[in-house]
Amino acid sequence: METTQQTESKMIELKPFTDEMVVNMGPQHPSTHGVLRLELRLDGEVVREAIPHIGYLHRCFEKHSENLSYPQIIPFTDRMDYVAAMNQNWGFCLTVEKLMAADEKKNFAVPERAEYLRVLICELNRIASHLLSFGTYGMDLGAFTPFLYAFRDRERLLLLFEKVCGARLTYNYIRIGGVSEIIPMEPGSIDEQNFLDEIEEFLDYFEPKIDEYNNLLTSNSIFSERTMGVAVMSAEMALSYGATGPNLRGSGVDWDLRRDEPYSIYDRFDYEVPVAKDIPELGAVVGDCWSRYKVRMDEMRQSVRIVRQILAEGLPDGPVMADMKAVRPPKGEIYFRSEAPRGELGFYIVSDGTPKPVRVKGRSPCFSALSALQELSRGLMVADIIAIIGSIDIVMGEVDR
Amino acid sequence: MTPEEIYKNLSDKFGDSILGLDTELAGDASINISPSAIAEVCQYLSENDAFAFDSLMCLSGLDVGVKEEEFSVVYHLYAMQHRHSVVLKTSIPKTDPHLPTVAHIWKTADWHERETYDLYGIVFEGHTDLRRILLPDDWEGYPLRKDYKEPDFYRGMRVPY
Repeated sequence: METTQQTESKMIELKPFTDEMVVNMGPQHPSTHGVLRLELRLDGEVVREAIPHIGYLHRCFEKHSENLSYPQIIPFTDRMDYVAAMNQNWGFCLTVEKLMAADEKKNFAVPERAEYLRVLICELNRIASHLLSFGTYGMDLGAFTPFLYAFRDRERLLLLFEKVCGARLTYNYIRIGGVSEIIPMEPGSIDEQNFLDEIEEFLDYFEPKIDEYNNLLTSNSIFSERTMGVAVMSAEMALSYGATGPNLRGSGVDWDLRRDEPYSIYDRFDYEVPVAKDIPELGAVVGDCWSRYKVRMDEMRQSVRIVRQILAEGLPDGPVMADMKAVRPPKGEIYFRSEAPRGELGFYIVSDGTPKPVRVKGRSPCFSALSALQELSRGLMVADIIAIIGSIDIVMGEVDR
Repeated sequence: MTPEEIYKNLSDKFGDSILGLDTELAGDASINISPSAIAEVCQYLSENDAFAFDSLMCLSGLDVGVKEEEFSVVYHLYAMQHRHSVVLKTSIPKTDPHLPTVAHIWKTADWHERETYDLYGIVFEGHTDLRRILLPDDWEGYPLRKDYKEPDFYRGMRVPY
């Protein structure tokens, strides 16, 4: 009798019953990449449910847009993904250009020189964005040094952006019909040569650094343990949740809008699209946090490759703005998507033929990717939540718009 | 497949629920669908191998003007396998805006429908968790409606700036 009781009490100790506890993570937690609040329902340290609450940075950019002319909306798109503002500007400008192209009388061609400058700046911006993602991800998981390395090198890119547009954050360079003319950089001038030389110098410096980052973090065993095999997102799940860009390629789907639905002049360059693969000797599984992270690291190298090709060709001569009158798209509507560093950035614009749009909707890649968090985190540990948020690389300015 | 072919196929299958193909305006052509049939049409488009629309790129509400009597909901679909896209549009009366959800077909529709509910007040029937997402829970009104007037104060804070 006594022995039975003892066994019973032992079993109770082995399976301690804990009440469900609700913990609010955020909105001010430093590793939530902005102001994201997660309502965690915990069983001990196991997450039963992580419910994201967003909207802390909501400014209703879409309502603002309805009262502004098309060129005036461009600065508002900067504030969506402030880490990759050039790509956001470009996405919006491409959409307006596409809608204007639907009317023959209003159609215009973006000059060659502007197209090259756009690709050049946006690929550099992609590197800057991935650098930030790499640095903060390391810091989220307890490695402080990568953060300092990433910001040291990102600084050189920010100086370049400052040269073309005067700003270090919310850079605003791309216009509807071309790029900003405010920089006195005549074709073939010494200024242009200096600018291109500076970029080349940066690339020569930066390319070996990628190996250094990989040595520092990618193959670090503490980092691998925290990320490999954690929160595996299957290809079907990624597609269903609308996860795009590095998150989709991290799930093994070979898809990149720059290659598969080429816009601008991306079809002229030679580059690869990094896609995650199973690496059994390391323990990486397609779709885990590590794979999503690794795709970004590999993408930086491809961006360097594209920029190098532009430098080798040199910028073409000619104007940087199209010969166009007022921006007044025809009556109609369009949806156009481009490949921003965080995935597929779409804009849906409805025009009634006046200088102001009737409706602008920004389809944010982070918004869709973040909605997968609830399903991804079910049954994992609290510490894994941090690993997931960093690996899907969200910027709350874009989620909340 | 072109929007014309998809339109023809859908008309044969669903008959009167498919209201027309809008090609007059500049930009994307859209297929108009009656709101009660939208979920069935989406299910058919996603499951039928000839279409295989496995990705919902964007779901947006639309209010064209104060004088209009209807809201619209616009679905942008894409098929990774066939690399074709289609735009579906459905109109619902402003007095009683409700239509079936598509969140069980594409999971991304969950948050997109919540956003549309939040900003337009359009109710998606069958949605498991339809509540505000971007605005605070106690916010009054639906800001993206054209007749929306912002409140002077929210919890003692001045709203217009």
